[in-house]
Amino acid sequence: MREFMLIFRNSTNSHDNPSPEQLQERMNWLAGIAAQNKLADKGNRLSASLAKTVKPNNVVTDGPYTEIKEFISGYMIVKADSIEEAIEFAQANPVLKAGGNVEVRAILKPEEKS
Amino acid sequence: MTGTPPYQELLPHLFRLEYSKMTAVLCRHFGLKHIETAEDIVSETFLKATEVWGARGIPENPTAWLYTVAKNKTKDYLKHVSIYETQVKQALSDGETRREPDFDFTPQTIADSQLAMIFAVCNPANAAESQICLALQILCGFSVEEIADAFLSKNETIKKRLLRARANLRADNFQVEQLQEAAIKERLDTVLRTLYLLFNEGYFSKSGNHLIRKELCSEAIRLTLVLTENPLTNTTEANALLALMCFQSSRLDARANNQGETILYEQQDKNLWSKELIQQGNYYLVNACTGNEASKYHLEAGIAYWHTTPDAGNKWNHILQLYNQLILIEYSPMTALNRTFAFARVYGHAAGIKEAEKLGLHHNSHYHSLLGYLYASTDAEKAAAHYREAIHLTKSAAEKKTLMREIERLGR
Repeated sequence: MREFMLIFRNSTNSHDNPSPEQLQERMNWLAGIAAQNKLADKGNRLSASLAKTVKPNNVVTDGPYTEIKEFISGYMIVKADSIEEAIEFAQANPVLKAGGNVEVRAILKPEEKS
Repeated sequence: MTGTPPYQELLPHLFRLEYSKMTAVLCRHFGLKHIETAEDIVSETFLKATEVWGARGIPENPTAWLYTVAKNKTKDYLKHVSIYETQVKQALSDGETRREPDFDFTPQTIADSQLAMIFAVCNPANAAESQICLALQILCGFSVEEIADAFLSKNETIKKRLLRARANLRADNFQVEQLQEAAIKERLDTVLRTLYLLFNEGYFSKSGNHLIRKELCSEAIRLTLVLTENPLTNTTEANALLALMCFQSSRLDARANNQGETILYEQQDKNLWSKELIQQGNYYLVNACTGNEASKYHLEAGIAYWHTTPDAGNKWNHILQLYNQLILIEYSPMTALNRTFAFARVYGHAAGIKEAEKLGLHHNSHYHSLLGYLYASTDAEKAAAHYREAIHLTKSAAEKKTLMREIERLGR
């Protein structure tokens, strides 16, 4: 069993007035993972408006890059036996229906390098 | 009328009711280190009641009689200690030994002492099981035999648990004389959890003794009421817990038949649900919702509230949403299974089966009885197989019987 971070990307702001049905669908998905005792950290949603990118030479640009598709809207951490299982969790996430995608990344242990 | 003399019927009842109150008051007087002295005095008081009431009949006000005797015995004890200390030890510096007990068994003293004892007994150092045993003995006046019956354990096991927990209690140095606000803050969580577990032990106990189970539930309610009656402990969480207990208890008479078998929620005679307790539950739930807090007791009380309402409208959707929040606060296999049941009620049995099978709780009898229930309407063979596995896994005789009945209902 190891931990994987799921990173959610959207091209529209999913936190802007979701319908009760959408909210419940998300909640059902999250609680379904928790019910398997495989939720390590329910993570956080990330703001679409209060967002900047800091670059070298004192350059600060506006985010989020709504004009660039696929900004990060949130993240969470699951426990899974394999990356395949983590992918299965991600595949059931409602963000996919709204044109978003989910990045699945194993969290490295101290001795791991890649 | 032949049979037992009236005092023998009254005494166990009074014992249960007054033992913990008198011990609490005396303990507050002597300090926790001398809890045995307090208990001895109370036991001797009841012994005397047996003798005197047997010979002369029950006094007009039995409770007042007990309080007077207990106070006199305390006086005698203090005199004895004082003589010992002045004449035998001859080491009394200021001669200030108390000869007169400076307390009375007034309702206020009893309430304050009981609250202090609840906090003293609920020590985070104790394991949950010993904690409940200790609470049952000291706060509820249960005998070792009764505790063993409630836990389906041997007397020896209970005695051992109590011995360890009592050693912790004496060593703890908790101030019962004046309950400090800091101590309340520090321990309130443990107190609520202990009362919650105490209630559950009664409500979900494997013991077939229905009477004992009901007493556990009503004792848990009585102690939680003590919390809500003091401004320092009358928190929204305490109110939520009390609401939960009231809602659950409202079904106590409906959920067991005369043979002590469990009757499932859906097959219960709703006329047997206690309307008074449901109303009490509503009252405390409203009190609980005065802040922004949503503790696990709030969520469970909310679920229990919906269970007291008729099967209509969005009921199961509300229940599912509360279970969704609850499982995010705290995972437990039982919460996961209950959530899945609610999920199936909202989205249908087929979707429920998919969700249930992901849980993979193969060694849990409730997992198999849930799957048995979900398969019952579509695949009787699979349903029966799950029910049989559940019968194999459960230790509860009442549950085995209930499951056998379900298999019969499948027509196999």
